[in-house]
Amino acid sequence: MKSLEELRKIKERALERRKLAGEGAKSRITVAMGTCGIAAGARDTMKAVLNEIEKRQIADVVVTQTGCMGLCEYEPMVTIKIGEADEVTYGKIDAARIPTLIEKHLLGGEPVAEWQVQTAK
Amino acid sequence: MTVFRELSQHILDIYENGAKAGASLVFINIVEDFEQDRLSIAIRDNGSGMDEAMLRRVTDPWVTTRTTRKVGLGIPFLKQTAEMCGGDFEIRSELGQGTVTVATFQHSHIDRPPLGDLMGTVVCMVVGYPNVDLVYRHTVGDREFTLDTRELHEILGPGVPLSDPEVLGFLHAMLEEGLRELKGEPLPAS
Repeated sequence: MKSLEELRKIKERALERRKLAGEGAKSRITVAMGTCGIAAGARDTMKAVLNEIEKRQIADVVVTQTGCMGLCEYEPMVTIKIGEADEVTYGKIDAARIPTLIEKHLLGGEPVAEWQVQTAK
Repeated sequence: MTVFRELSQHILDIYENGAKAGASLVFINIVEDFEQDRLSIAIRDNGSGMDEAMLRRVTDPWVTTRTTRKVGLGIPFLKQTAEMCGGDFEIRSELGQGTVTVATFQHSHIDRPPLGDLMGTVVCMVVGYPNVDLVYRHTVGDREFTLDTRELHEILGPGVPLSDPEVLGFLHAMLEEGLRELKGEPLPAS
């Protein structure tokens, strides 16, 4: 059984990494998880996000959820915000699109234009 | 029949309602009782709760108005599924106290959807809402598994989120181990 003692050691390592990387997370990725999002596969989208974070060891990103964004036909929806830049909203992001999105936008800093959804500000 | 293929998607949906209602703690209790041929799923949150009028509306898809749209169609579908599978559905709520939702099913009923991907569901729930704690207790026959994120948060403190890559690995391994043991599946040699 996984022990909480193990988690204590992980915490020390994580804090050390965070100290080296500098204060605070610089980016945020949000998955819409309303009833419409869940029905469209948002849980698999979120799982794919978490798998990429684990696989690529991305420590400086905040992962959050939100509810229905009022554009149910575009679910699953994902938003990415990097630093002070405007938040970018994406539609129809199934799990298969996540590796590309993470690589190009979250890590590469270049939004993926063809998957973007224009939202009213 | 419904928008969801798995009961775990319903659990996620109800959890989301609680998290959005400002809950800081959610209990999910799943009991699979083969002797009684029952499956019961109870979800309790300490969010803002609902008044009686709202409570009546959330289980009825036909009188839903635009203002209740934010609740979604998840609850009436779960009620319908439970009642279709030889079970019951109950939702209780009090303003300022929180909400309790209980769905039961005949475990062996042919139309009962599978619980589905519980590991993915639980990880989504606990990572996406860092300010909501979850106590997930799952009983299968005489086996039991409990995940209490209050314990994890107490160890990690404010500096390390559950979405830290190494913590995620720990969480996945812990859930996989626990859920395998619940089903009586052997652990892979490591």
